[in-house]
Amino acid sequence: MAAADGEVTFSAPHIVEYAYRRSVGAVLGRFFTGLRERKLVGTRTRAGRVLVPPCEYDPDTGESVAEFVDVGPSGVVTTWAWVHAPSAKHPLPRPFAWALIRLDGADTAMLHVVDAGSESRMRTGMRVRPRWRAQTVGEIRDIECFEPETGR
Amino acid sequence: MSEAEPVKSIVTPTRLEYEYTAVGAQARFLDEISRGRIIGQRCPQCRKVYVPARGACPRCGVPTAEVVEVSDRGTVTTFCVVRVPSENIHLKLPFVAAHILLDGADIPFFALVGDCEVSEVRMGLRVAAVWAPRAEWGPTFANIRHFRPTGEPDVAFEKFKEHL
Repeated sequence: MAAADGEVTFSAPHIVEYAYRRSVGAVLGRFFTGLRERKLVGTRTRAGRVLVPPCEYDPDTGESVAEFVDVGPSGVVTTWAWVHAPSAKHPLPRPFAWALIRLDGADTAMLHVVDAGSESRMRTGMRVRPRWRAQTVGEIRDIECFEPETGR
Repeated sequence: MSEAEPVKSIVTPTRLEYEYTAVGAQARFLDEISRGRIIGQRCPQCRKVYVPARGACPRCGVPTAEVVEVSDRGTVTTFCVVRVPSENIHLKLPFVAAHILLDGADIPFFALVGDCEVSEVRMGLRVAAVWAPRAEWGPTFANIRHFRPTGEPDVAFEKFKEHL
């Protein structure tokens, strides 16, 4: 192709893609195995804090964390950001919120998606529950999204 | 509890989709290779020839305007034998990926070496481009399928040691 000034330009798609497979280890492995069974699992530190998603080590002391606890399935939105125009790679094809969700029984919050329908329904402190996908396989997308606990 | 195996790994794909537009020196390179010519640019200060050129000398930091045609023959400066399969590589294993210093260039570029046993590839090996049929040529490196050994005598290490 020649531009107006005679300079030649070329355009082409340039796709950079890596299909990583990542080992998850015993602790995150337990978390993902839980998702496959539609359960949410965290770890409890010696001081009693419950971390979700679980950590292998207590972030405060560096000690190993080995005690698993069931949490959720519902939780509370601690902060959120509304996505007005989802891209093709976003988890929902309609506007949604990225949110940090502190599951019942947990002391830390986990990033996920809230399908609230409209931004006006979103608020910090709202109660949400997971919507599981039909076929769970043991990955974070086994939770399609969270949805408000009180009707749609 | 399910009796199924615990989850040991997850797939975490990463994908970036760009629309890449080549202009200036890169576009000129692609335009010329679509006619079967490989061009570079010479630095006005250090006189080195860069292939493909980016429009400036990375060492001197000055624009490179002088266009130089280089040969489609060259020398393997360094290489590796690839024996590990990868989802996005569709070549028969094992194959050789090499840095090839084209005659007239001062910087090697990446290409595949074929038409020989991988055990025959060595530093200093003389190679020539194997072009795709002319009807398939376009503004792309893919016009050169790979390089093949020419049978010429090897080049001495001292001649290309600065280009590793």
